[in-house]
Amino acid sequence: MIRFVFAALAAALAALPARAVEIQEVTSPGGIHAWLVEEHSIPFTALEVRFEGGTSLDAPGKRGATLLMMALLEEGSGPLDSQGFAAARESLAASFEFDAYDDAATVSARMLTENRDEAAALLKQALTDPHFDADAIDRVKGQVASIIGSNDKDPGEIATRAFDGLAFGAHPYGSSRFGTLDSLAALTREDLVAAKAAVLARDRLYVAAVGDITAEELGKMLDDLFGGLPETGAPMPPRAEMGLSGGVTIVDYASPQSVVMFGQAGIRRDDPDFYAAYVLNHILGGGGFAARLMDEVREKRGLTYGISTWLAPMDLAETWQGSFSSANEKVAEAVRVVRDVWTKVAAEGVAEAELDAAKTYLTGSYPLRFDGNGPIANILVGMQSEGLPVSYVNDRNSFIEAVTLDDVKRVAKRLMDADALRFVVVGQPAGLMATD
Amino acid sequence: MFRTLCWLAVTAAATPAFADDVTTFTLANGLQTVVIEDHRAPVVVQMVWYRAGAADERRGVSGVAHFLEHLMFKGTDAVPSGEFSKIVEANGGSDNAFTSWDYTAYFQRVAADRLELVMKMEADRMRHLKLTADDWQTEREVIVEERNQRTDSDPGAIFGEQKQAAQFLNHPYGTPVIGWRHEMEALTREDALEWYRTYYAPNDAVLVVAGDVDPAEVRRLAETWYGPLDPTPGIGPRARPQEPPQLAERRLSLADPRVSQPFVSRSYLAPERDPGDQKTAAALTILADLLGGSSQTSLLASRLQFGTRQAIYTNASYDGTSYDDTTFSVAVAPAEGVSLAEAEAAMDGVIDAFLKNGVDADQFQRVKTRIKAAMIYAEDDVHGLARRYGEALTTGLTVEDVDAWPDVLASVTEEDVMAAARLVFDRRHAVTGWLTREGPEEVMQ
Repeated sequence: MIRFVFAALAAALAALPARAVEIQEVTSPGGIHAWLVEEHSIPFTALEVRFEGGTSLDAPGKRGATLLMMALLEEGSGPLDSQGFAAARESLAASFEFDAYDDAATVSARMLTENRDEAAALLKQALTDPHFDADAIDRVKGQVASIIGSNDKDPGEIATRAFDGLAFGAHPYGSSRFGTLDSLAALTREDLVAAKAAVLARDRLYVAAVGDITAEELGKMLDDLFGGLPETGAPMPPRAEMGLSGGVTIVDYASPQSVVMFGQAGIRRDDPDFYAAYVLNHILGGGGFAARLMDEVREKRGLTYGISTWLAPMDLAETWQGSFSSANEKVAEAVRVVRDVWTKVAAEGVAEAELDAAKTYLTGSYPLRFDGNGPIANILVGMQSEGLPVSYVNDRNSFIEAVTLDDVKRVAKRLMDADALRFVVVGQPAGLMATD
Repeated sequence: MFRTLCWLAVTAAATPAFADDVTTFTLANGLQTVVIEDHRAPVVVQMVWYRAGAADERRGVSGVAHFLEHLMFKGTDAVPSGEFSKIVEANGGSDNAFTSWDYTAYFQRVAADRLELVMKMEADRMRHLKLTADDWQTEREVIVEERNQRTDSDPGAIFGEQKQAAQFLNHPYGTPVIGWRHEMEALTREDALEWYRTYYAPNDAVLVVAGDVDPAEVRRLAETWYGPLDPTPGIGPRARPQEPPQLAERRLSLADPRVSQPFVSRSYLAPERDPGDQKTAAALTILADLLGGSSQTSLLASRLQFGTRQAIYTNASYDGTSYDDTTFSVAVAPAEGVSLAEAEAAMDGVIDAFLKNGVDADQFQRVKTRIKAAMIYAEDDVHGLARRYGEALTTGLTVEDVDAWPDVLASVTEEDVMAAARLVFDRRHAVTGWLTREGPEEVMQ
């Protein structure tokens, strides 16, 4: 009923981010780079920091070290113990979050303008002078062990772990960033000191700040925060060999429902066909109720509450994955429908109307992501780590617009292979046979 | 540091008051409207909240409020079945809906110049839903799958459901929002339509529009699209069955082989925010913060995670935004080698010591500072603000109550907190639950 708006709308929205977001590239007196958006209407600043490499830099036999190290940064530093640090941070009403993922260790901070210098000094202390006390190590290890134990019994986590193991084997991508109970138990203070030296270095640092701060103030803060970190860290890990083959893996798990993780090889972020694949994935299962798989598996057949797919162009490997849950007696049919859709799209591509709708959504929704200091800082730090220029916020929609029906068809034929799809099914599926 | 267990809910933060940025008006047909301006990005969120949730269902059709929420994405004469979300997506937007005990709400996030389109569609389905046989039967399978995924695959969720049922002896808050499976499986098209006809009307709804909008323009659009809709006469005040005096403590335990981390959790019946009278709820909000708000410095964490080291996680939570009496909860996950009985005794030890010793002045100051700052941080999230107004206005509160809430929180004294603690910590009103691994490892006394 409203398809007439498509063309006009796409043109109108394509220019929006520039209006909302003016990115400055800042270099501190000490030579540290960051991106900044000044937004002085609310008296706080959001800071997003990424150290590339993340948990993939765990040394052999030390799985879980990077994550444990990041978790311990707030557990005592400088003159403060864990609770003293928390009390100091709470008195400033600042928030710091430390985490670690496959490709990056991350720090998210929110600091009020009224006490920003004190908050930054506290954050610097955590980054540069953490204690790694035996006491805190034991306590946090207990928390991580509890998470590992819970993950080992969670069907979604079990599916992810099995899929990653099949895809990446002994590479860090092939196992949990938390480590195993054994690898965790064996970690020592020296391992954490080594992990910090490997990961928290200036040669892999990306920073974005959004909020009530000027370029000059940010420059000074960058030197304060990161000037004390070593210049270089550990060499980046090698690319991960993708060992995934087509078929069905079943992990027995007593539950009324099976959780399914499926996927095949993906596409590099810098591949010329990336945008075509990105649009194709959106049409196939990229979220929203309009996607092919959502329509076929949920809307038409009621086989699941939700199904989605995503491209995962990581730093060291690429997959194209999806997941859903279905009752044990329905999951075999759901798997069949997914394979059929995969086969059909690989052979035929998609319809013009689907492509138009996907492009309108993807271009129209892009500016909607820029809706707060925190979200904007997150986008900007992600762009830097992907090697994208500042101009990308203005150009990105034109890359989506340029994708043609032939591009989608070509990339579908090139990438999609129903026979290469591996389904990891965690549950007690009826009428589904494991192939290995 | 880690906050990943599902029961580690965040305690309720302050609601900021932005009298300057908030405009309210009510249409002639009774549609109450709130407009929140935020011109930093060219984005708008439209929400329509109905003052009807699972606690308003008649007995025997549990889950019908949520079932209808799903069916609202089917068709009308103007928008064919299944097209609603596709149209929103095709315009660059995203949409969804959620159901609680007290409300059902629908929202779309779109570019600000798309507001009229989503208003037109939301107004259309408020009164003109059409359901085909195919639509409702397939969707009933979807909600059963949703229950499989959210509840039956998760022992923590099953445990929470059983505990909630034990907490409320008579009030429908004891019935799960998604519904009991056997009743969900028997829901019909007629059940859904009866629910729809009873509650979906402009005089039973709240419209919240937040983002890069001009209130006068929002009013013009609302008059145009919602204005012509007929109100439903006779929607009276909500009168749910109320709790009798709770005289006996309840205890339950659930063992499940899928449990890795056992924990003990206790909920106490607690008063909610009442219009014009939010003081006790504010004191309870701060009490939850003092007991469990910080994973390092709160009383439970400080005593049990750092002091005796009997716990690996601790938590206290309270959300006063509720139409009828709600709950105040505490929970402890024991460290390796500590039994649930010991964990529960330690938890009670912290509560008893607090009742005896009172509030630590430094900690009280930090909590107040954090609540004040939460108002500044909340300004960054206009979607969250919209949600707070919608939730408040569908749980019996007024815009004035929402605007007053930060001041009420700021005015809470240490004595208020202690009075609220003495009121709420009454075991006769409490349910204590143990979630355990399967096997003979421990039996609740």
